Amino acid sequence: MLLGSPDPDSTEIFAETVINGDPSYAGPLAGVSLGLDVFHVLEPEVRGVSSSSVYDSQVGLMMNTLDSDSIITAIRRVRNDTQPGDGTSR
Amino acid sequence: MQLQDKVVIALGERDGIPGPALAEVAKSGGALDVVPFTLCFA
Repeated sequence: MLLGSPDPDSTEIFAETVINGDPSYAGPLAGVSLGLDVFHVLEPEVRGVSSSSVYDSQVGLMMNTLDSDSIITAIRRVRNDTQPGDGTSR
Repeated sequence: MQLQDKVVIALGERDGIPGPALAEVAKSGGALDVVPFTLCFA
């Protein structure tokens, strides 16, 4: 799953929901652990595996506008604190 | 991470990066298929 959320809070909630299940227990994914591999488009790993010209044209402007460091810190914290899938079967 | 031959769910946001932009990035990395969404909380 690839996220394009604009702030660290929403990034954290989206990531946790599709890895462990809805943390608020309010939606249909409450208690449902999908274990998906989740990345944010602003992460250097994503930039590294995509075309630089496409990345710059589609994401470049927002990369300078959004708080990239906080977003990247948030999604890495969720990934490190949870048990995601190994990325080989999905 | 790897995008090559992966099926990607692209969850974009209107106030951030929209789904179609994420889809273009994923396809440029070799994703097999991309399902794009764009959320709006306004």
